[in-house]
Amino acid sequence: MILGFALSFIAMIAGGLFGRHLAISQVGRTGETGSAGPNRAHSLPKFHGYMLAWHIGFAALGLLALHGFRRDLLSTPWLIAGLALTTLLAALHSRRIIKPELRARDYVERYVRISLLLCSAVAVLTTFGIVLSLIFESARFFEKVSFLEFLTGLQWSPQTAIRADQAGQSGAFGAVPIFAGTFMIMAVAMLIATPIGLMIAIYLSEYATAKVRGIVKPFIEILAGVPTVVYGFFALLTVGPAIRGLAESMGFAVPTQSAIAAGSVMGVMIIPFISSLSDDVINAVPQNLRDGAYALGATKSETMTQVIFPAALPGIMGAILLGVSRAIGETMIVVMAAGRAANLTGNPFEAVTTVTVQVVSLLTGDQEFDSAKTLAAFALGLVLFVITLILNVIALLIVRRYRERYE
Amino acid sequence: MVTLSSDPQAASDMQLAPEDLKFHVRNVRVSYGEKEALHGVDLDIAKTGVTAFIGPSGCGKSTFLRVFNRMNDTIPGARVSGEVLLDGEDIYGPDVDPVLLRARVGMVFQKPNPFPKSIYDNVAYGPRIHGLTKSATELDEVVEKSLRRAALWDEVKDRLNEQGTGLSGGQQQRLVIARAIAVQPEVILMDEPASALDPIATARLEELIDELKDRYCIIIVTHSMAQAARVSQRTAFFHLGHLVEYDATNTVFTNPTDSRTQDYITGRTG
Ligand SMILES: Nc1ncnc2c1ncn2[C@@H]1O[C@H](COP(=O)(O)OP(=O)(O)O)[C@@H](O)[C@H]1O
Ligand SMILES: [Mg+2]
Repeated sequence: MILGFALSFIAMIAGGLFGRHLAISQVGRTGETGSAGPNRAHSLPKFHGYMLAWHIGFAALGLLALHGFRRDLLSTPWLIAGLALTTLLAALHSRRIIKPELRARDYVERYVRISLLLCSAVAVLTTFGIVLSLIFESARFFEKVSFLEFLTGLQWSPQTAIRADQAGQSGAFGAVPIFAGTFMIMAVAMLIATPIGLMIAIYLSEYATAKVRGIVKPFIEILAGVPTVVYGFFALLTVGPAIRGLAESMGFAVPTQSAIAAGSVMGVMIIPFISSLSDDVINAVPQNLRDGAYALGATKSETMTQVIFPAALPGIMGAILLGVSRAIGETMIVVMAAGRAANLTGNPFEAVTTVTVQVVSLLTGDQEFDSAKTLAAFALGLVLFVITLILNVIALLIVRRYRERYE
Repeated sequence: MVTLSSDPQAASDMQLAPEDLKFHVRNVRVSYGEKEALHGVDLDIAKTGVTAFIGPSGCGKSTFLRVFNRMNDTIPGARVSGEVLLDGEDIYGPDVDPVLLRARVGMVFQKPNPFPKSIYDNVAYGPRIHGLTKSATELDEVVEKSLRRAALWDEVKDRLNEQGTGLSGGQQQRLVIARAIAVQPEVILMDEPASALDPIATARLEELIDELKDRYCIIIVTHSMAQAARVSQRTAFFHLGHLVEYDATNTVFTNPTDSRTQDYITGRTG
């Protein structure tokens, strides 16, 4: 494969040089393209070269794709032979077509556009692929477990489903407890991240001197760059025990793994999102609104709370929604610090589990991929995907609407 | 009688009686960081009527205007020195609160800047933060009176709860003037208030300025000499951070003493 790529690349360069050479011999060097006259070329020689290189490139891409997916049809020796053959054919073809009046430059422009389109198609197709596979696998799951039971059932115990001695029992796939756990942890996280993130944004954009901002901003960026695994063991080894210790000193028994431990650390993780997005929207509030408030004799805090904050509110809402969707999709912290027990509880000091945790635990270990247990992971993934998609779309709409208002 | 200026360059016959004096400015310099933008300005502003500041772009008109309500304080790195007396009291004195000063000296900006609130709340904003009214009905009255004075009441009286940002540019600028009037200022500063407006809205605004001039001390910066000639009674011409000429508007436009003024108003410099 790598050899194939290298060979194609060399063939493209050689083709480019050859095409340019052909064009020069056909129509002369650059100077003549500009001059009017019977022999005036449409395109510079280099464009003839690019055109040939691109022809070879497209053919090679086809061969490489075939080689990649169906090695039985196109083995390595045949690939090399095919590359050589197409290169030769393209070169011969260009001998026929390269003439002064050939619109090579237009072809090159078109090929550039096609190549760029192919690259963006990768993103679009991947999205479609992911969505389709989620939908198909979920459909298989819902053949075994009813959709209604999944969405409204209060009991989640997928483990029993695959035990051979309990073959008659299908396990319980009521997803309510794990969605409840997800939302509880999200709520804890947002309760921490929203106020702190907002205060940071307000401080940095309105109050801090350039010097303080220069110090604080890098630290926030570091916070944003901490791998979630690190947050996870921070939650498990530091925050969880601290909360348990505190609760025990007050006479409560609290597990190390709890919604509050995972949620609070997740809140810290989300702070930089909220603060940097809100910082942006607050900065986008036009200076003349501030001037208007100051000129009326408003103090700095009156200006902030009564003029700038309401003006920035839609954008801030968008930032919060993006934070929420991060919180719901976050996996590592909750896997390590939230626990796996699907408790349906309103008490944040208990262990709960989340959608992402369940997906991880359903799919780790060697299971066949057609039991209800493993297929349940896809159904959970689908619901999670739909929720975060909706949140993201709403958030982006709000943010965009807000941007337009202050064009 | 007070002689207007000690600066021989700003030769002027303009004299104001002490009782007609609102601002008394001596040797005011403003610098942004290292760069001095105003190099010592002396000038007196009358209690009523309209004083216009004209001059080429970048000559320091806005900078000077912001001296009167200490808006330069909000610009990082800006420094003001010299003497500025408002009714005989130094507004840069140690016990002067710029927040209270700005309630006395209102300002209208180049681009209309209504807050993203309702029309009513825009006008009510100043009275609310300064606690000027005791009851809701009193606030209603202030809002109505201010909008009437700003010649906007008839256009908006049925939609006071709509967003102020939804009005046309000219209406927004009058809304902003109403917002300033609602705080009962003595002075209204206007920095090129018509530069974002179409000719019709500009004409309405100039009419309004003319109506307001007996009640308030108005200082207007404008790049349009025709506008200065139409609305003002006194005109000050600035050039490269210096006050070059200050006199009755008529005199400045028909019989300027300084060749730089002459060049500017005849369009030879821009
Ligand atoms: N915020 C600021 N920071 C630095 N320099 C400024 C600032 N505002 C104005 N200046 C400078 O001060 C000078 C006068 O500007 P300004 O008062 O805006 O002129 P005008 O209103 O007459 O066009 C200009 O040279 C301008 O570059
Ligand atoms: Mg200006």
